[in-house]
Amino acid sequence: MLRSLETCSEGSVNRRSFLRASAVAAGGLMVSLYLDLPAVAQEGGPPPPKVYPPDAFVHVRPDGKILITVNRLEFGQGVQTSLPMILADEMDADWSQVVPELAPAADVYKDPLFGIQMVGGSGSIAHSFTQYRELGAKTRAMLIAAAADRWHVSPDQCRTENSVVYGPTGKSARYAELANHAARQPVPERVRLKNPSEFRLIGKKVPRLDSRPKCDGSQKFGLDLDLPGLKVAVVAHPPVFGGRVRMFDDKEARNLAGVKDVFEIPLVKGSGVAVVADKFWTAKQARDRLKIDWDLSGVELADTSQLWIKFKQLARTPGGVAVARGDDNSLDRIPAARRIIAEYEFPYLAHTPMEPLNATVRFEGNKAEAWVPSQFQTMDQMAIAEVLGLKPEQVTFHTEYAGGGFGRRAVIDSHVQREAAMIARRLRGTPVKLVWTREDDVRGGYYRPMHAHRVEIGIGADGMPAAWRHVIVGQSLVAGTPFAAMLIKNGVDETTVEGVADTNYNIPNLHVSAHNPTVNVPVLWWRSVGNTHNAFVMETLIDELAARARVDPIAYRRKLLKPEAKKLRAALDLMAEKSAAWRNNLPRGHAAGISCHECFGTAVACAVDVSIENKRPKIHRATVALDCGLAVNPLTIESQFQGGLGFGVTQLMAQGAITLKDGRVEQRNFDGYTPPYIVDAPVTVDVHIVPSTEAPTGCGEPPVPVISPAVVNALAKLTGKRYRSLPLTSI
Amino acid sequence: MATYQLNVNGQTKQVNVDPSTPLLWVLREELKMTGTKYGCGISACGACTVHLAGIATRSCVVPVSLIGDRKITTIEGMGQDPVGRAVQNAWVEKDVVQCGYCQSGQIMSAVALLKATPKPTDRNIEESMGGNLCRCATYVRIREAIKSAAEQVT
Repeated sequence: MLRSLETCSEGSVNRRSFLRASAVAAGGLMVSLYLDLPAVAQEGGPPPPKVYPPDAFVHVRPDGKILITVNRLEFGQGVQTSLPMILADEMDADWSQVVPELAPAADVYKDPLFGIQMVGGSGSIAHSFTQYRELGAKTRAMLIAAAADRWHVSPDQCRTENSVVYGPTGKSARYAELANHAARQPVPERVRLKNPSEFRLIGKKVPRLDSRPKCDGSQKFGLDLDLPGLKVAVVAHPPVFGGRVRMFDDKEARNLAGVKDVFEIPLVKGSGVAVVADKFWTAKQARDRLKIDWDLSGVELADTSQLWIKFKQLARTPGGVAVARGDDNSLDRIPAARRIIAEYEFPYLAHTPMEPLNATVRFEGNKAEAWVPSQFQTMDQMAIAEVLGLKPEQVTFHTEYAGGGFGRRAVIDSHVQREAAMIARRLRGTPVKLVWTREDDVRGGYYRPMHAHRVEIGIGADGMPAAWRHVIVGQSLVAGTPFAAMLIKNGVDETTVEGVADTNYNIPNLHVSAHNPTVNVPVLWWRSVGNTHNAFVMETLIDELAARARVDPIAYRRKLLKPEAKKLRAALDLMAEKSAAWRNNLPRGHAAGISCHECFGTAVACAVDVSIENKRPKIHRATVALDCGLAVNPLTIESQFQGGLGFGVTQLMAQGAITLKDGRVEQRNFDGYTPPYIVDAPVTVDVHIVPSTEAPTGCGEPPVPVISPAVVNALAKLTGKRYRSLPLTSI
Repeated sequence: MATYQLNVNGQTKQVNVDPSTPLLWVLREELKMTGTKYGCGISACGACTVHLAGIATRSCVVPVSLIGDRKITTIEGMGQDPVGRAVQNAWVEKDVVQCGYCQSGQIMSAVALLKATPKPTDRNIEESMGGNLCRCATYVRIREAIKSAAEQVT
């Protein structure tokens, strides 16, 4: 997600930041990062310096504990373990004493490349790797300087290990003893970073630090937050996006004991009715008793069956051009017998993270406090401030642990947080937790947009694609938002075409264009964004071409890959090697399916062993190989790939679609929109990492795109059919 | 409103709530035991799974008025249960969790499975765990952890 933003910001080079060491009242060393410029480089010269509050990244406490602040949301991807690993490694800290803490919203915690505080674009490790290494190395240098000063020796004579500085002649001191002294040392401007051979944590399979509390029920998520005097709110949303309350009758709702208030609130589009009560169950019951007369005049009633007709029609004409390589007309000169026309359909998809959406806000006139499981702290803090008439820094914003997200907690318009702030504004002084029920979530929009693809391929005499004309139709994720300037190029939303326009396959005549029609359905990035559908189209068509050419699908891909696609080739080779034994020894009724795809800088190749059970694909096994540069925590990477493949199966589920009729979403909960259960996901997934010391790239999104094309490629072998419409309602 | 005496993890708790209130919300909001999670409210995801008289039960659809004197066991009580402890340890050892939100329910279902079927087959696992959603799709490691716990229990 948002990968393209990287090219628009030079990241930390554009900013001057400096570290400051300070002693803490309670004792210890606190290393903080200060910025003297806003994080995003602005045109027209630098604005005047701002003063920021001290925000720590490292706190060496007198009791030996080392607190490391994580500048990201932890929602399963494991940064709460892997970012501290990076810092602790360079610091030579005793890992058993490391305590991670999620950062609140603050400028110093912004992503060094994206310029906002966020999780997205699989950028957590990729963008903060060097940042956390430097923080660790500089903290270590100050601890050494303190020891050297105390012992009257040169820092060069000291070494560190496991939170201890060792000096000459058998001297040693624990970091905790040195912390106060180190706080008075100057922060080094430059510091040597370790060679990979010196890493003690980076590259090792380090278990997650949050396992135990997540297994004994003690981990608190946003929805678990409790505060003195806390009230719970739910909102009745219009049945059609953008609908407005004409009038409502709340008499029966207010009759319920525990209901505190019922009132209309404006939404990002339209309006709704908020119900505030002592408890969730009361609020929900009260909402069920509301009688609301909705005004839908002037509101577009989106209808997916009609949208398909429109989208498919659009796909027959070229859209905004993303790539025009070679001679597009050459396609028409290829004989009909060597041409394929393929049309694809991809539905709206909801993210449905396990923890329903929520936000807690307390407004106190000249300040506010917010507790949000947020992927987009900067945007959410700004939105809450705007609703409350405050400056962002007047909103103390706590990042709460989130039960999944997959993009759903990174919403540019911060609609959930705005609703919470709107309610808190009315209940001044009272903390209010807004809860979106699962029904609100499934029906609430912000879906992976539906897409139609039309691809015309001309095959050369050698069986390889000679000309490729590809039209993609789907809503833009960013049109009309501040992200448009960065992500819309030549009128084309880059996220619509990613994975096709930048394909690693060597297609001499390639024409990719896109239409981004406007539809009254809010849309959003969904883990791996455009790659969800684009990799499916590319990898199923390449497979089909290989089958037509009677060439092994791995060999065909190897032949077609560009020479510069080194990572993808390495992943493909490793996958081929690791899966060869089972691929060549499949039981009767099983077939192997292949796919490979590179996104967010990480290359992935996948092979699956599939049979048909109960008229559904049964994925007995997946072998996946990847090249993500330096693998910071191979254990986390393994988990991300096992889980990411399972997440990708969402696309194949029989009930894996959000549909609309007369403007209304037809699904309401997991009974109608059904993500994969244990029986649907791969039984085993073996993960193989290409050894590398290149800069690390992300692992959150790259696992997702490969699984569904691999599975249907296997199904095609079993049934002889090609699958071009998702969800996979029947095989 | 009505008053109920509930036996939760071996302790007697008294609550005064609307009889229709699902056990899930009694646990979470009255007793402040938030380890049991809300995921769907329609018994479709398993995040709210507790043991009611030893049987894995979706607490989001059981009104408090129907509990009676049946013993309620939640994730917070698993540390005191030998099978519960073995499952929790296996979960940690296999690094199962990602976001972790569904894992209370997964563990409660796994413990119920192992108590009924100490040596579960893959099919047993798919049947007993079949109603517990995990959007992070930690299913591969859940299978491994259940098998590992099964070895510890006997």
